[in-house]
Amino acid sequence: MIFSRQGPALPRLAYGLILTTALAVPSLPAGAESLSISCGAVGIELSLCQQGVEAWSKQTGHSVKVVSTPNSATERLALYQQILGARSADIDVLQIDVIWPGTLAAYFIDLKPYVDDATLSQHFGTVVKNNTVDGRLVAMPWFTSAGMLFYRQDLLTKYAAEPPQTWEELTVIARRIQQAERNAGNARMQGFVFQAKGYEGLTCDALEWVHSFGGQTIVNAAGEITINNPQAVAALDLAASWIGEIAPEGVLNYDEEASRGVFQSGNAVFMRNWPYAWALAQADDSPIRGNVGVMPLPRGPDGPSTSTLGGWQLAVSRYSRHPEIAADLVRFLTSAKEQKRRAIQGTYAPTIPALYKDADVLEAVPQFGAFYDSFATAVARPSRITGPKYSRVSAEFYASVHDVLAGKQPAAQSLETLSRRLERLSRGGRW
Amino acid sequence: MLTVLAMVAGWPLARTIWLGLTDASLSTPEAAEFIGLDNFRYLLQDPDWWRAVSNTLVFAVVSVTLETLLGLGIALALNAHFRGRGALRAAILIPWAIPTVVSAQMWNWMYNDVFGVLNHILVGMGLLNEPQAWTASPSTALLAITLVDVWKTTPFMALLLLAGLQMLPRDCYDSARVDGVHPLRVFWRVTLPLLRPALVVAVIFRLLDALRVFDLIYVMSGNNRDTMSMSVYARQQLVDFGDTGYGSAAATLVFAIIALLTAIYLTAARVGREDT
Repeated sequence: MIFSRQGPALPRLAYGLILTTALAVPSLPAGAESLSISCGAVGIELSLCQQGVEAWSKQTGHSVKVVSTPNSATERLALYQQILGARSADIDVLQIDVIWPGTLAAYFIDLKPYVDDATLSQHFGTVVKNNTVDGRLVAMPWFTSAGMLFYRQDLLTKYAAEPPQTWEELTVIARRIQQAERNAGNARMQGFVFQAKGYEGLTCDALEWVHSFGGQTIVNAAGEITINNPQAVAALDLAASWIGEIAPEGVLNYDEEASRGVFQSGNAVFMRNWPYAWALAQADDSPIRGNVGVMPLPRGPDGPSTSTLGGWQLAVSRYSRHPEIAADLVRFLTSAKEQKRRAIQGTYAPTIPALYKDADVLEAVPQFGAFYDSFATAVARPSRITGPKYSRVSAEFYASVHDVLAGKQPAAQSLETLSRRLERLSRGGRW
Repeated sequence: MLTVLAMVAGWPLARTIWLGLTDASLSTPEAAEFIGLDNFRYLLQDPDWWRAVSNTLVFAVVSVTLETLLGLGIALALNAHFRGRGALRAAILIPWAIPTVVSAQMWNWMYNDVFGVLNHILVGMGLLNEPQAWTASPSTALLAITLVDVWKTTPFMALLLLAGLQMLPRDCYDSARVDGVHPLRVFWRVTLPLLRPALVVAVIFRLLDALRVFDLIYVMSGNNRDTMSMSVYARQQLVDFGDTGYGSAAATLVFAIIALLTAIYLTAARVGREDT
């Protein structure tokens, strides 16, 4: 359910689409306006958001209501679409996932007039590009995320293995350690766990394999469907060979939290996950505390190391009654000062590269040094070009990949079918 | 009464059917245009839809059959007089009382191939050589989900049938005992025919429920095509893809299929009764 964010992935259907008003600031100074902002509410997220908002309120005198939304990204998108579709002015500032600018662009104001170029150029170029739709800056980067490879340092040392640089190396090392550990009586040991349930998370994982093999990004920037190529086939064939060998068959129903459950209970050598898993794997009650390493994902045979871009942005609704004031709040919350505070207090990864060299940040969260390369080079899913059809493209893609992993179809055949279906969906690449 | 019914049931239904005939989308609901039966034509050509229909039918038939058999057995057992009967009756209701989302997630963990308790027990007993990925493997996923539904809903079935059993006239049983009729024969000749109306109602309740199954499947395996039910399909179109028109068409078809099956079932039940 969760793609690029912190926190457990329990079914949050139970919480439903209920909006809960978390905070209301009562007394209003004269001339002050009232805004509302939607923040995520996973772990410390909501209180960090409230603190940031309060600091702005104190500065400007405007009051802000913080609205908490469903934790599941899918449910949250559905809620936003309903609120915005009804042209409601209830929420002025919205926290949106990195794959939503294309889908929701029409509902947001252009932030370019409110953010000067110097400020904008502080942020990761990939994210700013991702948030720019048809020349309009529809959202400001707030915090970022990207796929990482987590490994068991103690097991690699025990079997004299180096952290793998390529997927082939990972396959070999994982098989060797898994076999040796099982022979030693550790029957549950798995080589590699990742997210292969049929959902957005599989799109992220599979895009990393395909792109790192040189197989591009499903749909290219011009809208052409590129997924049916030999590199993509090779990448998926390799991934399919993992199932039942170095990965349990159960990964076919694993999301982030299920794979973290296996890794953190000490039953896997490698795990692909988002940075949030780091803090939890190193928490006091974690059985593998102190034995975990994290690094960029492996490369393909002659491709780059690829991470899928995650993270969250702030956008201003075009139905807001006070767009200028809302834009000012967004400018404040996404500023270097506020991102630094969030990085130190909540390990939320900044979207400003300079903060990765900041002494205070590195002292509080040393692993940001290791994350930086993955963040800086992360690859975006093709959500900008496919716009409102992205969720369909993603669903077609992960269903095809799932078929390949489950051994129902060879990759070559599955990608050919996928390509045909995407051609039809996009009316020949015109989207 | 009719006005109330028209407002709470008729209006949403009519609107869904109408939306199914348009190309409405979640992002631009006001720009919807009438497109006739295009959505339905496209729907009937979609192999994923037919996959969802067959998944739903398999799920409904297998789960309702098992629930009826098990529920009847439990109801007969609970109908006997023994100490602690009241406590036992309350206890069997526990699976039914747990919210589906919670029990689905609980079973998901129990089914887990690495840390799941089910594999642990089966391997420990020597019934399995190695752990099975129950909810992940395409060959077992639907079965695994169906069994959770059986676990959850059998108590409901048992309770409905128990109520039916307690309504049965005692004198039939008394005269059967006086005549020395074999208990199995009593069951087939007295209990089952008398219980029939309660059984028909209980099965129709469960069948309607099972045909529109959503929460259990969505929590346990998401939008996986191998296990997707008709309702999961309709939701994916409506919410994930924001395709209000096409999703409404799917929802309309779900309604039509359930109505049709219910009609067939009720007709069959009536014909069966006239035969006896």
